[in-house]
Amino acid sequence: MSELRRTFEEMPQQAVPLERDAAGQPFIRVTRREFLKLSAAAAALATAGCRGPVEEIVPYVNPRLVAPGLPQFFASAMTLGGCATGVLVESNMGRPTKIEGNPSHPASLGSTSVFEQAAILELWDPDRASALAMRGQPQASDALQTALLGRMQRLEQRHGEGLRILMRYESSPTLAAQLQALAQRFPAMRVHSWEPLHRDHSLQGARLAFGRAVEPLYRFGDADVVVAFGADFVGEGPGHLRYAREFMDRRRYRENPPVNRLYAFEPTPTLTGAIADHRDARSPAEVAQALAQLAGALGGGKVDDPMVAAAARDLQAHRGRCVVVPGEALAPEAHALVHRMNAQLGAAGTVVQYIAPICGDVDCTRSLQELVADMAAGRVDTLLILGGNPVYDAPGDIAFRDALARVPFSVHHALRMDETSATTTWHVPLTHFLEHWSDARAFDGTASVVQPVVAPLHGGFSHHEMLAMLLAPVAGGPRDWVRAQWLGNAGDAQAGERWRALLRDGIVADSAAQPVQVAARNGDFTPPTAAQPWTLVFRPDQSMHDGEFANNAWLQEIPRTHSKLVWDNAAYVSPASAQKLGVKSGDRIEVASGDARVVAPVWILPGQADDTITLPLGYGRARVGRVGNGVGFDAYPLRPAPMAWAAPARSVRRIEGEHTFATTQNHAEMEERDPVRRINVPEARELHQKPIENAPEPETLYPGWTYPGYRWAMVVDLATCIGCNACTIACQAENNIPTVGKEEVRHGREMHWIRVDRYYEGSQERPRTHFQPVPCMQCENAPCELVCPVGATVHDSEGINVQVYNRCVGTRFCSNNCPYKVRRFNFLHYTKRDGEPPLDARNPQVTLRMRGIMEKCNYCLQRITRARLETEREGRRIRDGEVVTACQAVCPTAAITFGDLSDPESAVSKAKRSPLDYALLRELNTRPRTTYHAKVLNPNPDVPAPPAGEGKGEGHMVPPTTPGERGGG
Amino acid sequence: MASTPLIRGRWGYASITDKIADIVLRRPTHWIWGVGLLVTLLMSVFFFGAMGYLFTRGVGIWGVNIPVAWGFAIGNFVWWIGIGHAGTFISAFLLLLRQKWRNSINRFAEAMTLFAAGIAGIWPILHVGRPWFAYWLVPYPNVMNYWPQWRSPLVWDFFAISTYLIVSLVFWYVGLVPDLATLRDRATSKTKAMVYGFFALGWRGEARHWARYEIAYLLLGGLAAPLVVSVHSIVSLDFAVGNTPGYHSTIFPPYFVAGALYSGFAMVLTLAIPMRHFFGLEDFITKRHLDNAAKIMLATGLIVAYGYCMEVFTAFYSNDEYEIGMTMNRFFGPYAFVYWGVITCNVVIPQLLWFRFARYNVWILFALSLVIQLGMWSERFMIVVTSLSRDFLPSSWGLFVPSIWDVTMLIGSIGFFFFLFLCFIRVLPAITIFEMRELKHEELEGRQP
Repeated sequence: MSELRRTFEEMPQQAVPLERDAAGQPFIRVTRREFLKLSAAAAALATAGCRGPVEEIVPYVNPRLVAPGLPQFFASAMTLGGCATGVLVESNMGRPTKIEGNPSHPASLGSTSVFEQAAILELWDPDRASALAMRGQPQASDALQTALLGRMQRLEQRHGEGLRILMRYESSPTLAAQLQALAQRFPAMRVHSWEPLHRDHSLQGARLAFGRAVEPLYRFGDADVVVAFGADFVGEGPGHLRYAREFMDRRRYRENPPVNRLYAFEPTPTLTGAIADHRDARSPAEVAQALAQLAGALGGGKVDDPMVAAAARDLQAHRGRCVVVPGEALAPEAHALVHRMNAQLGAAGTVVQYIAPICGDVDCTRSLQELVADMAAGRVDTLLILGGNPVYDAPGDIAFRDALARVPFSVHHALRMDETSATTTWHVPLTHFLEHWSDARAFDGTASVVQPVVAPLHGGFSHHEMLAMLLAPVAGGPRDWVRAQWLGNAGDAQAGERWRALLRDGIVADSAAQPVQVAARNGDFTPPTAAQPWTLVFRPDQSMHDGEFANNAWLQEIPRTHSKLVWDNAAYVSPASAQKLGVKSGDRIEVASGDARVVAPVWILPGQADDTITLPLGYGRARVGRVGNGVGFDAYPLRPAPMAWAAPARSVRRIEGEHTFATTQNHAEMEERDPVRRINVPEARELHQKPIENAPEPETLYPGWTYPGYRWAMVVDLATCIGCNACTIACQAENNIPTVGKEEVRHGREMHWIRVDRYYEGSQERPRTHFQPVPCMQCENAPCELVCPVGATVHDSEGINVQVYNRCVGTRFCSNNCPYKVRRFNFLHYTKRDGEPPLDARNPQVTLRMRGIMEKCNYCLQRITRARLETEREGRRIRDGEVVTACQAVCPTAAITFGDLSDPESAVSKAKRSPLDYALLRELNTRPRTTYHAKVLNPNPDVPAPPAGEGKGEGHMVPPTTPGERGGG
Repeated sequence: MASTPLIRGRWGYASITDKIADIVLRRPTHWIWGVGLLVTLLMSVFFFGAMGYLFTRGVGIWGVNIPVAWGFAIGNFVWWIGIGHAGTFISAFLLLLRQKWRNSINRFAEAMTLFAAGIAGIWPILHVGRPWFAYWLVPYPNVMNYWPQWRSPLVWDFFAISTYLIVSLVFWYVGLVPDLATLRDRATSKTKAMVYGFFALGWRGEARHWARYEIAYLLLGGLAAPLVVSVHSIVSLDFAVGNTPGYHSTIFPPYFVAGALYSGFAMVLTLAIPMRHFFGLEDFITKRHLDNAAKIMLATGLIVAYGYCMEVFTAFYSNDEYEIGMTMNRFFGPYAFVYWGVITCNVVIPQLLWFRFARYNVWILFALSLVIQLGMWSERFMIVVTSLSRDFLPSSWGLFVPSIWDVTMLIGSIGFFFFLFLCFIRVLPAITIFEMRELKHEELEGRQP
């Protein structure tokens, strides 16, 4: 065991030995981190008699000595669904506090989704499993090894008969090599895969179409016309960040690109649907019908559906510059049909390319079914579950738990003691990805090394170490194994340099997968299109993913993009379906599918297809931790294995009782106040060609401010914003923003400094959805500053409206007077709330706020200050782009521009000169520093406009931006 | 002036003194008083208990939120300070206007003012997030380089309220001095004599004393009278300076002052009617007094009603979509019941006061006084909460729902107010003895005003 145990330290040249850390820095009290460090070291000394090997990790930039107070960034990678997203982990004196995207990584390009942001909280979660346990009882750390020892010998005699490994999608080459070695030792062993959000349908579709499993890679930058069938390519799935960037780059109107056009057919509103020029809500069967019709139209057939017909004409007019994107939920035949259409349209090989599946050619559903059959038949006596939580997330018609109970020796190697751990004989704590060495591939095959940035906080070890226990002893530790995977066993200086470069950059150069040449077969691919009385649509919850993030308070409290619900999932139904069921939001329905019945609260979602019920997966966890236990309902039991994404409901009926939801936005209409303005491409072109006329600012009696130095400002481009919430959670991580819990959100007390407003335009059935991120506007005539009796909110010399926490007495007058309602108040002592991250996880640059004081966005003042300190030392001004706010950094589509207005050539100054720039509530003469660019749409004139709303004053059309209505600053 | 005498019945100088002083010194307490004291004491305990909990947990125990960051605390503050207006108005304004009928009601009305203004002063402290730093609103020399932000109406508020409280206290105390001497002279025990004597400041009833007293009292009246107008004007600026539709209105100062007098006179009636009944003071607080108070209520009520009309007119005349939106929200929004309740309580029902029978029927008057106070409290709720719940950006609209603590503290403060008042009745003469004797004197001399 001793060679497996390791302690992590800073780089050797940083020369901060473990022992001196506390002694040499007497002003630092012994925090939990140090305590853990020291106890880890003590444990290592006790068991091994000496310190574990000191390992070197390499920072992304700033490779100089660690400087107290200055963060370092280490490249690593986080996997989700087996595919990696490159990240840069901010480490403050050895404590990881924030995650940024890795600009060099193809799946990140510098941005992340909400999950990478929230991974920090996952790391510091006190509810993580901390001890080896057998049947729930804590064991000595070597107990598992002892137990395995005899068993391995017996297994070896049987060539591994009865040994099974169940893992998730894994793209780690090191793990693959280990599994290969294991297969050599135990030839009769079998490895199974189960990923609840699997890609079985698309792989099967590829097998149908091409005769082999391949995964499509899209190049949206080259696509003029995109037709998406239930595909949320900007919102989820491997590569979605990249896809969002490439797609939205074609809408970055400032640069006047040839704007692309998107048609979306989908059963439930998604981010992709919200950015589409034409979106139609259709049930899964209708989506399949539309797809079949499109295929017919492309083959020269006649189509009645005007939207499909228009899409077909558009696609044909842009051959080689267009693509049809299938959603994972489509039937395999539909995927195959799309592949053939893309080949017909000349998209294959240009806009879409095919690569071998990153996580291997596996069929999860079949794999799990086979395993369960074997377990139930008693053919499995040793089962190793590497990650995942199959007891919770197996399909309802696969009796995994019962079968598992029949396995005499089962090990669950996971981050938490969860539902599966409760059934297995052993639970082994898994290290978080920030705590261990590994590697992983991105959606396009690019490999990254997963570099640890902190010693395991709760003990435990990685899958590699787990597998090593089953293998003949190998020299070195996981770091050496990973290194050997990429560099062989070379130990020369050149290899050392390559290794350092690899760690520093976070990617293995030129490791992207090569496209494979495949030809679509001719065949009759007919997706099933039979309509059902009620169709259940299963989707990963936008925050919980497959359920693994259920104990993450940040993610729980991130509003779901369309419903704005927090701390809950809901059965989403359309307004018409709700009427049919006789329910309103908050009523409960019982949904039956197969043998399972689940009671779910209803939420009426405009834009949902009629006769479909969307059930987000990932909630209703029974054993995940204090934050997530018992929150929401579990839809997995309803999910049949063969119809993992859409299944007919056996019955749906209303039952008694009401559920109380918490939502962050109660009103969805714009009330003719036009907070979001939109414009179509032809008008936008016209505006661009006209000289810009600045309408005069409204008068004010007060003299203006004078700014000797910088004038910070921000522009949020609604044309490229996809509403993904990444800004909100990045801000939360950066600025130590507390969560408040469901009850407090219900009271209207959420704390997010940048929120994403969602508005509907048009009818309830076919609304156009708009997203608008709203940070502080940093007004020049700030109404908040005027009314604070104690001067706690003041204008700084660079135009930022700063909040002086220590001075605030909490009259809340500033919030009343803020027309944008961006101020947040600590009504209770939220930072002390149960479930809040420990102090070590906090950004040391940002004060924690106590109860009774106001807080709000300050353009990441701490980042500005850091840049100022750097540049003042160098005797120069801060360059454009040197200060990047947290929201700006994380934004997948780079919709946020920030910078200095006093520099006319800065990106933000240029953005402010765009004719599409407008100030929110300009008529109030607050002169906001944060302005917006109007949303640009490129609708096809051939498609009839959706009907406007009628009755109840719901919805209306938003006039396009008028020239001259621009923001100041 | 009506010819009905201000003192009814056959009272002489001595019997007036006996009657009023005995309530304090001799007369056995009515059992109702005892029950009232107990009940209000219990309510006060709730008030202070809730306060303790508030200080421990934070203002999150209330229903306030974003967007409705001001809730009951501010509404209560404005309501109480409004109630506190009638006392000074009666003492100072009516004194300057030589309205002799004020003499029998000014003492307890001033006490009411003090208690109400004192309770009002508590609310802002309870309201702020960090009450232990509430003193930062005060400009004082300190080492923190700290100074208030003078553009904020909350700072003006601090001065307005503290000035008002101090002047009211002094005015009330000066008016008490001759009566304290009376009580000293008639005290039944040594201790009482010493306490009253201490506060009587050695008053011996000399002509010189009287001459100086009269001048001082008149001057103080002159000082207090403008405050009646200024305090609530400044309180109204807390809202009018803000840009929230429903707050931002130039009509607020006069409208608030009228509303304050309206609720203040309602409170005078709420207190006077039971008091004259239970302590047999019908001869001193006559129906003519009640009639006069009712007429003032009618007048101020009409000004308030005018304010309501003008708010609506201005909203539509301005053609400002936010003002119109706010008005429509008041009419038909989620808090519409508050608005129509306000209109009913403050505008519709009080029109009864046009009729003499209503003004002379104590039951109707008492009920009306309660209705008007309910209406005026609701009006504050309407202004504070309804306006905030829907301001500019529809995405931020949200409702305020009072928590159990909001309600507890409101009711508790009412209990505490009545507790103080019940104590006052038994400790100090609720009616000015010497002024009543003076009235009698004037009546006997045939020099009725």
